[in-house]
Amino acid sequence: MTQLALVIDLNVCVGCQACVTSCKEWNTSGAAGTMSDERPYDADPSGTFFNRVQTFEVGEFPDTETVHFPKSCLHCEDPPCVPVCPTGASYKRPEDGIVLVDYDKCIGCKYCSWACPYGARELDEKQKVMKKCTLCVDRIYDAALPERDRRPACVMACPTSARLFGDIHDPSSAVSIAIRESGGYPLMPEWGTHPANHYLPRRKTRLRIHDDELERADNPLKIDSQLPKPAQSEPSLDDVTSW
Amino acid sequence: MQAAVSHPLQEIKNTTCYMCACRCGIRVHLTAGKVRYIDGNPDHPLNQGVICAKGSSGIMKQYSPARLMKPLKRRAGADRGAGEFEEISWEEAFATLSERLARIRETDPKKFALFTGRDQMQALTGLFARQFGTPNYAAHGGFCSVNMAAGMIYTIGGSFWEFGGPDLDRAKLFVMIGTAEDHHSNPMKIAIAKFKRDGGRFVSINPVRTGYSAIADEWVPIRPGSDGALLLAIIHELIAKGLYDRDFLVRYTNSGQLVNLDAKHDEFGMFVRTEVPEEEACYEPQNKLWWDRNSNRPVLTHSEGADPYLRGEFKLSDGTPVKPAFQLLQERVKDYTPDWAAQITGIPADTIRRLAYEMGVTARDQKIELPIAWTDSWGKEHDTVTGNPVAFHAMRGLAAHSNGFQTIRALGILMTLLGTIDRPGGFRHKAPFPRPIPPCARTPNTPLAVKPNHPLDGLALGWPSDPDDLFVNEDGSPVRIDKAFSWEYPLSVHGLMHNVITNAWRGDPYRIDTLLIFMANMAWNSTMNTVEVRKMLNDRDGDGEFKIPFLVVCDAFQSEMTAFADLILPDTTYLERHDVMSMLDRPISEFDGPVDSVRIPVLPPSGECKPFQEVLIELGSRLKLPVFVNKEGGRKYRDYPDFVVNYETEPGSGIGFLAGWRGRGGEKFMRGEPNPRQWEMYAQNNGHYHYRLPRSYQYMRNWNRGYLEWSQRMRITRYAEPILIHLYSEVLQKFRLAAQGKGITRKPPAHLASRIATYFDPLPFFYEPLEVETTDRRKYPLAAVTQRPMAMYHSWDSQNAWLRQIHSHNYLFVNVRTALLAGIADGDWIWVESQWGKVRCMARHSEAVEPGTVWTWNAIGKAAGAWNLSPDANEARQGFLLNHLISEELPSEGERRISNSDPITGQAAWYDVRVRIYKAGIDEAKESSPQFAPLQPAPGMAKRPAWLAYFAGAKK
Repeated sequence: MTQLALVIDLNVCVGCQACVTSCKEWNTSGAAGTMSDERPYDADPSGTFFNRVQTFEVGEFPDTETVHFPKSCLHCEDPPCVPVCPTGASYKRPEDGIVLVDYDKCIGCKYCSWACPYGARELDEKQKVMKKCTLCVDRIYDAALPERDRRPACVMACPTSARLFGDIHDPSSAVSIAIRESGGYPLMPEWGTHPANHYLPRRKTRLRIHDDELERADNPLKIDSQLPKPAQSEPSLDDVTSW
Repeated sequence: MQAAVSHPLQEIKNTTCYMCACRCGIRVHLTAGKVRYIDGNPDHPLNQGVICAKGSSGIMKQYSPARLMKPLKRRAGADRGAGEFEEISWEEAFATLSERLARIRETDPKKFALFTGRDQMQALTGLFARQFGTPNYAAHGGFCSVNMAAGMIYTIGGSFWEFGGPDLDRAKLFVMIGTAEDHHSNPMKIAIAKFKRDGGRFVSINPVRTGYSAIADEWVPIRPGSDGALLLAIIHELIAKGLYDRDFLVRYTNSGQLVNLDAKHDEFGMFVRTEVPEEEACYEPQNKLWWDRNSNRPVLTHSEGADPYLRGEFKLSDGTPVKPAFQLLQERVKDYTPDWAAQITGIPADTIRRLAYEMGVTARDQKIELPIAWTDSWGKEHDTVTGNPVAFHAMRGLAAHSNGFQTIRALGILMTLLGTIDRPGGFRHKAPFPRPIPPCARTPNTPLAVKPNHPLDGLALGWPSDPDDLFVNEDGSPVRIDKAFSWEYPLSVHGLMHNVITNAWRGDPYRIDTLLIFMANMAWNSTMNTVEVRKMLNDRDGDGEFKIPFLVVCDAFQSEMTAFADLILPDTTYLERHDVMSMLDRPISEFDGPVDSVRIPVLPPSGECKPFQEVLIELGSRLKLPVFVNKEGGRKYRDYPDFVVNYETEPGSGIGFLAGWRGRGGEKFMRGEPNPRQWEMYAQNNGHYHYRLPRSYQYMRNWNRGYLEWSQRMRITRYAEPILIHLYSEVLQKFRLAAQGKGITRKPPAHLASRIATYFDPLPFFYEPLEVETTDRRKYPLAAVTQRPMAMYHSWDSQNAWLRQIHSHNYLFVNVRTALLAGIADGDWIWVESQWGKVRCMARHSEAVEPGTVWTWNAIGKAAGAWNLSPDANEARQGFLLNHLISEELPSEGERRISNSDPITGQAAWYDVRVRIYKAGIDEAKESSPQFAPLQPAPGMAKRPAWLAYFAGAKK
């Protein structure tokens, strides 16, 4: 059975927010649209986003890490938002594991957003329905698009390719390999939601310099420390001492 | 919602993004004439299909209610800044302007000044100014990063960003120093991610850990303005340990050249020459000497079989004492030890040593050999191209200090010692660089070049090579309004836009009549000393006339600056116009060859908006500026696209704004007759032309005979002489000699002699930034710096409904311990005060900033009502601008004023300011300070909606 998901590589995410606005841009005019904005030009603007990047610091100066953490619906394999929905608007697609909301059935009761431990759902204040990431379900199967473009907008946009997209149930997929080989982990596994999306941790590359590497046979100082010899005609003690 | 709905995308048009200065290829998807989606063009070399947060928000720029829609003039009698305007027709705007400009041109052309912000159309704006005859033209480089351009170009013949950069594809160690959040946006992000995935080690040296620094393998916090000390200490350590590439230094730099050390000689500090060259040219003749180790005598450099001493001291046969340049460098850095630098930078000495070793050992032990045969300028054939895979990137963190030029010289020398210039895994040039040191363009050197009714006799901006190239009057005073190319800032190759308003207001060096500003917010975030500059813009003489009599602003969006205009010209957005990223300006070249590109309109102009280029061509035609009219004096070019196709730099030169598809059928490149189908051909080729050099021309280009001759044939350069790296800078020494009264060149005015003699040191040295020296450090202990956030990097002109939800106001980030010592809690309202003024803002505790630095996001804070935001918007009430604390001039002693800039280049010293912080009183308003009277929307602007639910085309 297929389970589509995003694998987000925190080792290269620079927090540029490209995934945030490319998502909004695609989806506001797409099948999941619109994505409204309240007070877009006034105090405290507030709009609907399916994906947000949180930035936080870890550790104390100078051993500080600044972490950029993109967050969207994790398309849980056991999504707590689905059983709590009184109208059946929230559902998980059996064919690809994407969790969706049927706007026609949604009554905006917010049970699902209370049930979601990840805060991944947002009520669209204009339409009064619950909205969330669809993995761009209106792109990824669209045969009118070139193969390359049948990916979520955020994945297409990401300048550091920090967002991988694929089937985590297919062990040979790029996402499965990344999870397996690069320490991919789910968020808050203790909740038993089995999030499909995974994160790849920071990894450090260090350089070890051995002391003897600083002294090499071809050190240019061997040449450059040989300063010119004084001319033989220059004065010396030979000229003045006879004892 | 419905799953898997198919979207018939009616139309996709390719053009070039302009949400920042990066210039990515984009595909604009249109539904029913509305922008549906903008994504990256996968077939574009720059961004390879990706796009950033800004590019993805282009829709909200296009449909922003801050857009200006009609030409406007200030209502008679209204104050500047009050924003009281009335609509006029374009005809009235053009008539007003051309009448006024014609009068200036026939009397004193320098009374017209044209300064542009982030325009990327300097090929045209510069041509217009020159044709008009005014010397008073520049773009924003002087207040951006001219130190980076000048410091690198005067050292290695090329610079970062569009003219060169780190080759992360091959690098093993990448050191980023003084680079803001998101410099060189998408290409850098693509490259860093790939570099990290390939196992490269990334070190970031920066006072702040955000953006790229966040994913560095190591963050090295450093105090602002101290980078020069760090770089010099690393140089010290590399030389002391022998971790330099001797072969590279000998053959490709002036390290071995002998310097005359006879202090009484007029040529003191200059290289000894064997002969005087026949022609005066901008290349360096190969007439210098080495002291050969084999024969123990002086020989012409690069003599067959010779190997120069890099160290030692010698006497020529006439008794002249000489030393090799490298010896002088070694003496210079002798006392710049890691322990010395540790005190200045705040970086432990052991870390400095380790950084030096990492660089030196990686460069030496991880060499790359590419099987590419090439021939150097002296005819020696090489079977391979060698790479020492240590790469650097640097930008404003180094540049925006008054010691930035010498700091960047030190960086160029460090990169050179490691043997990394135009080699795989190091720094690589992008066409049209490398160029001679300095490049050949010169300004006039006399006020006689400014003549009524004549084009300027020379370029308004150039590259001085000695004091005789300065653009000064007989008495040494500046010809230009910004005092560029004068003794105050001799190498101010990008001008000093940050001093134009103050100088014009004060009448020093003179008054002007008309100031035309394009795309720069000189009444807000692009000016220093904001509060006073706003007053100057509205200041009048006793007779009621404004001190700057006529102010014209062209911009696509209403802003603090447009409010001060007498005449507003509404520009189009990037989706509504033709543009060229020209080889004559700042193209988008890649390491492997020249690339230029275009913008092609995907939408018709909104309202009565007109592209600024069309305005210039119309004005040029009306003023009958020679290149814009035919023999009969009639209009020569129908419009800007017609101009781009048909204009040649001189009749029959075959060089025009676009390099691709020249020749009648589009069969030529760089040079060729105008091609009437050139735009079509760019359109069919993803909006760009990419010429890939043969592999043997892609490296070592400073000294690659094949490349240099190709470049000469293509007329990219006039000369094909080798471009030796200036470890030791004779250009600087020439200015110093003049200041010491030596030599035959002009001499500086007495009051500037010691300044020139001090800072024009031919070898890099460290000094405290000028403002810091005049600051009471006990009173103002903290450095204050800014950067733009990634989601708004370089996005200068519009509010954006989506992006402002990411950053609607800014905080002052303060190290937790520093804040607690000052009794400041996270989120507290505080005052930040410099010797120039104070602002009230909110503090944010951070562990990602070094304790002696506070910082904030720049240009998030806005004046109330600007950009058609409501006056109570967060940007105005909680956001703040640090510019209020920064002066455009240094504290003066007496009458003489000097810019708060680098004394060599005139680079605005944004990051030199020192501040103190303290808690605001509990009874004070919880609002940023200062506040300004709210701007009114300009006539013709859209009303801002209370909510948005954008859906392109008709809603289903």
